[in-house]
Amino acid sequence: MRLEAKNIGFRYGNGPWLFQHVNLTVEPGEIVGLTGPSGRGKTTLCRILSGYEKALEGNVTIGGLPIASKGVHPVQLVFQHPEKAVNPRWKMGKVLNEGGRPDIELLDLLGIEQEWLTRWPGELSGGELQRFCVARALGAGTRFLIADEMTTMLDAITQAQIWHAVMEIAKKREMGIIVVSHEAKLVQRLCDRVITLTDPN
Amino acid sequence: MPILEVENLSISFNQYTAGLRRKNIQVISSLHVTLEAGEILAVVGASGSGKSLLAHAILGILPDNALVSGTIKYNGEVLNASTQASLRGKEIALIPQSTNYLDPLMRVGNQVRTSVKTGDATVAQRAVFKRLHLQQSVEKMYPFQLSGGMARRTLLSTAIVSDAKVIIADEPTPGLDPVVMKEALNNFREFADNGCAVMLITHDIESALTIADKIAVFYAGTTVEVAPVEDFTGNGESLRHPYSKALWRALPQNDFIPIPGSQPHPSALPTGCLFAPRCTMATPACSEKQPDMQNIRDGMVRCMHAT
Repeated sequence: MRLEAKNIGFRYGNGPWLFQHVNLTVEPGEIVGLTGPSGRGKTTLCRILSGYEKALEGNVTIGGLPIASKGVHPVQLVFQHPEKAVNPRWKMGKVLNEGGRPDIELLDLLGIEQEWLTRWPGELSGGELQRFCVARALGAGTRFLIADEMTTMLDAITQAQIWHAVMEIAKKREMGIIVVSHEAKLVQRLCDRVITLTDPN
Repeated sequence: MPILEVENLSISFNQYTAGLRRKNIQVISSLHVTLEAGEILAVVGASGSGKSLLAHAILGILPDNALVSGTIKYNGEVLNASTQASLRGKEIALIPQSTNYLDPLMRVGNQVRTSVKTGDATVAQRAVFKRLHLQQSVEKMYPFQLSGGMARRTLLSTAIVSDAKVIIADEPTPGLDPVVMKEALNNFREFADNGCAVMLITHDIESALTIADKIAVFYAGTTVEVAPVEDFTGNGESLRHPYSKALWRALPQNDFIPIPGSQPHPSALPTGCLFAPRCTMATPACSEKQPDMQNIRDGMVRCMHAT
């Protein structure tokens, strides 16, 4: 069940091509780094892989088959800003169960405390909120996780806590991960291999 | 004389809980920071430890429900609301954390030009864009057309072209690639070398080390340590506070090992040392009262066990 993107091309409106002929494969259980200068479309590529955008050229497949447009998407994206990724008018318990109920074991591993579930998003710190976003993305149907600058806004201790948990889950479930980050040291520490998105011209 | 001096700063917020009932939440307590001319002070620490609030307090742009006590001095003069208003954007410039601070309805080139106080605004804006590797076509764009890194560079440009004496940069580097990041950091260094001062609020300890003179470590709304950059080395033996050591060891280029637990919520702060519940060195005395700042080995630390 490998994730495969073939010949992907994308542009916004009638603007210049952001990228074209991008190929990428991720095997189950593989940790791949994605880097490149800002503005080259790393985030856009992530959005295409996880089904938020549709590629104008090329296609994305899992195990050779196109991804179903209904149901839980097997590729889940975790964003840089957790406070923008949760509904501010929902308590955390509801946010967490938005896409199915994550098991207790997962919550423990991520260090999510039961007491936090009754709080509003504004009452938690960025690091605590990001744990919820990770737990929410790691439902039973998730085969691949994309971490788009997932821990950039967090301090080193919280960053290490979250990554240790995610890596353990990935190992257990044979889940593939794409790590988007500018932090060379982090990518080096986590990834099996690194892809660099270069200038389209 | 320090160019900027923050003494015993405390910030609390008045919040409505249910109906007309209100409660006061203390988010920053007895915080001390000094900034000398010609110096870059990096401020690092846990997310939500009050780093951005400090920046906003210095500029006097906290929301109305904030209560501030303590003194902030600029060039030896105590600041009040009206002096803050006259200094900000002129003598003290902020590079805000969020790129949402750009005006969404104004072309970014024009936004940068508005902060040029002397000389030809267009020339200054083009020079800084070139320096930060932004193409000239970018100046005609609106913020929604920019990528995260480009928006970040626009914010940087605005502060660089102003004639400010103090730049407070709140997380200026996320989303920047290494080449641009280096250019931005060099710019700060040059700025400080010309007799100005920079307060660099960041998570990126590694790049802070390359340009800063001193590093202040924040935890749960207070400074736990101020150390010269040379102490951030090896396994962190030269650091004074257990939290600074843990933070240093958790970096991906070091051990990448986290300590358990999380920073206490401002509404449920422990009575004694704020770090005591997560500290391996904690003794009963630690939970009695918050330790005072003490000078040790050319630095400052808030821990009774520090050596």
